[in-house]
Amino acid sequence: MTTMAILTIFLLAIFVGFEVVSKVSTTLHTPLMSGANAIHGIILVGAIIVADNATSTLETSLSILAVVLATINMVGGFVVTDRMLEMFKGKPKAKKEVAK
Amino acid sequence: MNHNVYDVLGLAAAVCFILALKGLSTPKTARRGNLIGAAGATLATIIVFFAPRPAGDPHHNTLLILLAIAFGVLVGVPAARKIQMTQMPQLVALFNGVGGGAAALVATVEYLNLSKDGKPSTANLVATVFTVIVGCTSFSGSVITFMKLQELMTTRPVVFPAGRFVIAATLVGVLGTGGWVIASGGNTPLLVMGGLALLFGVLFVLPVGGADVPIVISLLNAFTGLTVAASGYVLQSTLLIVAGTLVGASGTILTRLMAAAMGRSLFGTLFGAFTAKPQEATGTGEVRSVKSGSPDDVAILLNYAQRVVIVPGFGLAVAQAQHTVRELADLLAAKGVDVAYGIHPVAGRMPGHMNVLLAEANVPYEQLVEMDEVNPTFPQTDVVLVVGANDVVNPAAKTTPGCPIYGMPILDVSEAGNVIFLKRSMRPGFAGIENELLYDAKTTLLFGDAKDSLTKVVSALKAL
Repeated sequence: MTTMAILTIFLLAIFVGFEVVSKVSTTLHTPLMSGANAIHGIILVGAIIVADNATSTLETSLSILAVVLATINMVGGFVVTDRMLEMFKGKPKAKKEVAK
Repeated sequence: MNHNVYDVLGLAAAVCFILALKGLSTPKTARRGNLIGAAGATLATIIVFFAPRPAGDPHHNTLLILLAIAFGVLVGVPAARKIQMTQMPQLVALFNGVGGGAAALVATVEYLNLSKDGKPSTANLVATVFTVIVGCTSFSGSVITFMKLQELMTTRPVVFPAGRFVIAATLVGVLGTGGWVIASGGNTPLLVMGGLALLFGVLFVLPVGGADVPIVISLLNAFTGLTVAASGYVLQSTLLIVAGTLVGASGTILTRLMAAAMGRSLFGTLFGAFTAKPQEATGTGEVRSVKSGSPDDVAILLNYAQRVVIVPGFGLAVAQAQHTVRELADLLAAKGVDVAYGIHPVAGRMPGHMNVLLAEANVPYEQLVEMDEVNPTFPQTDVVLVVGANDVVNPAAKTTPGCPIYGMPILDVSEAGNVIFLKRSMRPGFAGIENELLYDAKTTLLFGDAKDSLTKVVSALKAL
């Protein structure tokens, strides 16, 4: 991949990142932070790539450690975010009750 | 797997992440958004095992990798499932830290690998240096954040003599060794740089006061995203670049939104402790009288009020009193009292913490009133019931320049007719500042665990 292509992807991703969260309400700050946190657990893919190529003991142990840490980040992150959001369900119903 | 198929599936995973963040921005679609993100992450993790490889290049360590993933799942899932909602902020900090650590390790291994064929290209070296520095900083910083929130160490800003010079010197050291790595390659410079970056992470978070910790978590989260993007550059993975950049960009916005909610500049949050005079929580040391009441007194006050605003804080979360507070609110509403919850954006230990807790207790969304809307209504409010909150109603934020929370917007509860504080003790809040309002003539204190107190108030109210 050329550096120019990477730079293009990088810049466009910045704008997308700004755009998608620009109107988030304070209610969702915590889940959003937690969700974004889970997404950077995708470093797991990088950890698998380097572990897959590792030949020496040092490289293997470091990359396997990275796989463990990244998995905790990713899986734990999505699960804890889901737990937070679980509590928001049933809200539309509550809304109607108040309206009456 | 065919090269094109692999790329298209990777792109699909990237789109999932965009949809996930988009979904997480609206309450209605938030949960679905998170699931889409999880689906994208799962897809990306599966396809990487089938990534196209040059002919004759065998897979290594496949079994070990699968075992490592299984182990990570066994650690991460129970931790995420069992954690109390009150401890969520520190868990998020910890997850962020291990992510940063993983990114630093990935960059290090790839560096070792590239160095086998001589010195890696400058661009790769710069990306590696960035990933290792920021990943290590994020890791050690998150661990300190975790310890502060878990109260394994003091929540007050830790300031030592010449602290800012030590930090500046460490930063110069980190950047200097970074330059050394880029100039010469080799393992020793990288090791020294990583060590200094770990130290920098610790020094960087130590002076941050307890109340500002959520902002730091969010900032470190954005940092970790950028390290993932940089390691994506080294590994030539578009998916990592896109996902990491998305988190970096959205995390930056989120950090700014949080800082704005607290009325602070990011700079002030991070470096405020160096300029502010440390405040002694005990103040002058004289014993001042406060007015404490019984649950019956509180019940009577509430019963004859026309409008009651409940201000929840971290104490509500600690006591798990969200269901009891709802019971009280329902009881009051049944008696014709106008009840609302005044939600400070940073009440609790994370922005939106209170909304999550009260949503768990099925409190109607409309009763949760944000700060800007509730503040003008305090003069018409008869009773404000402060449940385990302190800093967010502390007038010192307006009246005492130089105190750590000065300038933070607060809920103007002192404008109301009566203020009732449910507190465990006279201990100051998370930011460690004395609250003048506790000594005010219109304030009544009800000491004890928030849940116990509320239960007593509820039964007293029923008896009336």
